[in-house]
Order: sequence, then structure tokens, then C-alpha cells
Amino acid sequence: MEKEIYERLNNVFRDIFDDETIEVHPETTSDDIEDWDSLEHINLVVAVEQEFGMKFNMNEVTTMKNVGEMVEIIKKNMTK
Amino acid sequence: MRELEYPFDVEYLIKNKKKIKKKLLESENLLEKRIAILGGSTTSEIKNMLEIFLLNYGIKPIFYESEYNKFYEDALFGNDDLDNFNPDIIYIHTTNRNIMNYPTLYDSDETVNELLENEYLKFEKIWNSLFKKFKATIIQNNFEYPSYRLLGNMDASNIHGKINFITRLNQKFYDYQNKTKNFFINDINYVSACYGLDKWDQGFYWHMYKYAMEVPAIPYLSFNIAKIIKSIYGKNKKAFVLDLDNTLWGGVVGDDGVENLAIGPEVPSGQVYFEFQNYLKEHKSLGVILNINSKNEYENAIAGLNHPASSLKPDDFIIIKANWNPKNINIKDISEELNLGADSFVFVDDNPAERQIVKNYIDKIAVPQIDIPENYIKIIDRNGYFEVTNFSKEDLNKSEMYKDNAKRSQMMATFDNYDDYLKSLKMKAEITSFKKIYLERISQLSNKSNQFNLTTKRYSLADIESIYNDDNYIKLYGKLEDIFGDNGVITVVIGHIINEIELHIDLWIMSCRVLKRNMEFAMMDELVKYSRKRNLKTIYGYYYPTLKNKMVQDFYDIQGFELINEDSEGNKKYKLDINEYKLKNNVIEVEE
Repeated sequence: MEKEIYERLNNVFRDIFDDETIEVHPETTSDDIEDWDSLEHINLVVAVEQEFGMKFNMNEVTTMKNVGEMVEIIKKNMTK
Repeated sequence: MRELEYPFDVEYLIKNKKKIKKKLLESENLLEKRIAILGGSTTSEIKNMLEIFLLNYGIKPIFYESEYNKFYEDALFGNDDLDNFNPDIIYIHTTNRNIMNYPTLYDSDETVNELLENEYLKFEKIWNSLFKKFKATIIQNNFEYPSYRLLGNMDASNIHGKINFITRLNQKFYDYQNKTKNFFINDINYVSACYGLDKWDQGFYWHMYKYAMEVPAIPYLSFNIAKIIKSIYGKNKKAFVLDLDNTLWGGVVGDDGVENLAIGPEVPSGQVYFEFQNYLKEHKSLGVILNINSKNEYENAIAGLNHPASSLKPDDFIIIKANWNPKNINIKDISEELNLGADSFVFVDDNPAERQIVKNYIDKIAVPQIDIPENYIKIIDRNGYFEVTNFSKEDLNKSEMYKDNAKRSQMMATFDNYDDYLKSLKMKAEITSFKKIYLERISQLSNKSNQFNLTTKRYSLADIESIYNDDNYIKLYGKLEDIFGDNGVITVVIGHIINEIELHIDLWIMSCRVLKRNMEFAMMDELVKYSRKRNLKTIYGYYYPTLKNKMVQDFYDIQGFELINEDSEGNKKYKLDINEYKLKNNVIEVEE
């Protein structure tokens, strides 16, 4: 299941940053992707929510450190 | 682009906006406009979405974005970046988050009124200051309702309630709009209501990112702004082309018979079509013309429209095509008969296969994706094809004008000699320098005319006002009436004077309603008379080709100008010696 989540997540990242070369790993952070600034971060969060049919709460968004932590939250809440 | 028409897939738009933008940037003939966004909250995604919706309308925006919540300072105290940017449009994105002082229950009525006045004046100052500095159009949000009601239901009616306060503040904004040109309200109160207020403001997006609404709501907001802007620049649609069976009534008139159609107030399915017909009929007052394009025997189509419960009657339509031709062929014919580009049509048909054919063959025609009859109105309305920003009295009578034209064509058939026909029309024209009451119509015409348009320059109302006040321009409008009716203002020429002896023609446009009536010769005569009065020696004319203005490629040759330059793209420059000009018009009586 985790592999599938990473695959779907990877597609979301590629769409949002319009870059087909992106490969995300658990350790990926905003420092690794050039366009990943605070404004794009919002769009990323919305797109991830829509992809997995779930909502992040404020606490989760503010404490999440890297893609690995994002995936942990997705696993807990995903409905599709 | 289908993806940018209502109803749209928000998820898709948010994920793919960059790809969409790239694709739309490949389109030709994009109109560049400078848009300043002054925000009272985060505006980044609003800008991104606005950009793709505008590109889809053929407008390429260049943006200035104020720093976060610096709308007040930017507007009032100015800043060099904004001043140098020199915007065409200023969008002020404020929301109820920007209201500083609400009333409390301790306040007296006078204090509440004072608070209201202060809150309002802050905005009025912003607008006045921007108008003073820029020749721009302002688009201002009204206020959406707040997320809670301290007084419960009484929040709406009691002077201390936030809902009451916002309602009164909004009304003051509308009063300002009603007395101010080039000022438009972006109705976020309506947009947020359609979207659902509970979803619109969830707190999360405000507290996390200072967005005043949730990000998935932003496409609806930006679409609403884009509709206003495209309307300002004359990109509204002009006509409906409507199917009949299962579009204007339930059932198939040829098979079921007129008496069995679902239309009228007796049964629910009839009511839904009746409401839809009324909705379409209301558009006539906006100057939108109605036409039929239906696969039917002509007699059956007319019989259906004469159904006693049908609100639309045969007389409400300008052209009725009821035959077995492919619908795209009928649309081409309607376009030629009306002298209107098919890209200004909205084609409404319940049959997805017909819609697809029309979309494939007719470039840029609007084809709303209607589904079930009870949704027809909503889907068409939300797309804002006819968004009103510039309403003139001419619009009220437009259907009549098109009908008069049909009568003229019939009369023409009875004459052998075209000049005799023109004389029989007993045409009278008023051709003179711009008058204040027509400035709005003149701007509207400059944005709508595509075919009889030598340079395709677009002028906002603010541009036209400044030309009106500038003595370095010769600016003429022409009105034309004849035995069948008054066409109103249908032609405009603007030229600027250089070196005190040269007139350079910036704009020459004429409505296609009055083609082949020799009005252009009457205009030319007057232009020369005005030039002589100013002691000018030479007139220079310019022709810039577009996809649509081929009909005037030899216009200046016909007027007797001499071609002095033509480049590889077909741009032509012409010259006329005023001394040698001989008056041409002999069929129109001109009043100066």
C-alpha cells in the first residue's frame, strides 16, 4: 500500500510543480524541489487532500517535516 | 477550453494550471492587459486562476500584486512599482476579514452609523485616489457574510448585527458604483452563497495561509472576476442559437404532436421548460438575439412555438432554421445572415452528439454542457456569456434592429439599381464630434467591432473620455436612420493631429448592421470637412490585418488614398492629400 501511495503522491507532485523528473522519497523536503515555496505548499496540500479524499488539520500541516510524515498522515486518513 | 467552462473540475484545475497556462499561451491574437491586484488577504492562487480564465477569453494579463494586506497603503500613498506599472484594471480583493470595526451591542444608533460611514469612507478614499492617479477600471469585491451570527436570526435585522452591518456597507458600495463609471463590484457575496458559506470560510485557510476562502473555492472567485474583465473588453457573446425538441420543450414535436409537448404550467416537466423559455426571453432586453437551429420540418417547428403555453413565439426569433441540414451548416448560414461571427454565439442543444459536431466545426463558439432540464438555467447563467458591464439603451432595441434589417433586404429585392434602393431608404445621418452622452456607446462599439475595423484598437470608456477632452484629436461618430428605423450610433473615426498639418487615423469602425449603405463615404466627407476646418493638409490611414477584418483590406484604396507602404505581414499605410479630395456621398442626408 505504501508503494501505491508514493506512486500517487509522485504524480501529484509532478502535476503541481509541472516537472516530470520529480521522484519523492520519505526524506524529501521543500529544500529539494525548487518551486516548493510556501504558496505552492498550499496548492500541494489541497491537491493531496483531493487525491486521497482526506483533510489535513492545522496541527498536521504545521508539524509535518518531510514527505515521509505526510505519507503517515495520509495512511491514517485516506478514503480513496 | 472545455476545462475552463462551468461546471469545472476544481481538482483538475488546481493540479494542472501550469500545463493549461502553457497551452493557452500558444493561442494567437491575445489581448495584453495590465492588472494590479491589491489584496487584503493572500492573492497568489487567485492571480494564478484568474490568469488561465482570462487567457481562455483571449486576454493575456500582466500582473502587479500588492504585498500581503498592503491594499490600503498602495492605493492611498502610492508606491513606485505600482505607479510605473500603470494598470488597465485594478482589482481590490478585500473581504469581511478586512472590516476593522464592527458595532457592539453597547453602541448607540449614532455610533453604529458613524462606524458604518468610517468603514465606507476608507474604501471611497481608496477608489478616488486610484481614479485620480490612473486611467484604469476598478473592480472591487463586496463583502461576503461572516461565519457566525452572534444575534442569531436577528443579526440580519438589528443594527448591531454583523450581517446587518455588512448588508448596509454593501449597499453603500452599490450606490457608489451606480454613480461612477469604470467601477464594478465583484459580487463575492453571491459567489460564496452559491459555493456554500460553510465551505467557503473554514478558518483553516485563513489561519494557515491568510486566504479569506478555502483554496478549492478560488476558481469560482477568479472565474467571476474574469467574466467582468472579458465583458469590459467586449468579449461577451451576442446571440443564442437554440435547439427545439427537449431543449425548449419536452418531447419531439414531429413524433409526439404539438398537443403532447411538455410545456407550460400544468405538469412539472412542462414547468421546467416554461421557466427556461422565460429565462431566454429575458435576454432580449440585454440585446441578446435569439435564433433557432433545429432538425425538424419548418411547419412543425413553428407549430410548436405557437403552442399556447409556449412563452417564446416565432416572433421572438430573428432567424429560424428548422430543416435537416447538419447543425454546423445552419450556424454558418445564421452567422452570414446576421453578419455576426459564429464565435459570438451560444449554442444550446440537449444532444451531446450535436454539441460535439458544432464544437468541432465552429471555432470558439460557446456550447454549454447542459445535462438535465432543471439545470439548464444554472449552467448557462453561471458561464456569464452576457455579463453586463456596459448597458446602453441600444441593447434594448437590438432585436428590433435586426428585424428592420430583414425588412430592408426584402425591399432591396424590388429595385434593379442599388443607388435607387439606397435613395428609397431616405437615410438621414448625424455625423459630428463626440458628445458626452454617446461616450459609453462609442467605447462599447470599439470593443465589439471586429470585421469593419481597420486597426482593431480597443478603447475602454476611460480612454474614450480622455480623447473626448483632447483637442489634438478629431473624433467623429455617426448615427444613421431610415424609413425602417433608427440604427443609433454605428460608426466612429478617431484621428490624432501631428505637426499641426497631419491627421493620423487611429480607429475607423462601423457596425455591420449598416454595411453597404454608403455611410463610410458620408463619414469620409465629414472627416475631410473637419480636417479642412483645422487647416490640415494630409490624412494618413492604416490597415492592420486580423483574422476578421478582411472586408476592409482595400478600404482606403476605395476612399481614394494612395498606398505608401506595405510590410510583409500585410500592414498598410496610406496617404491622402486633402486638397484633392472630392465629396462622395449623395444618398444620405447629413446633419452636422
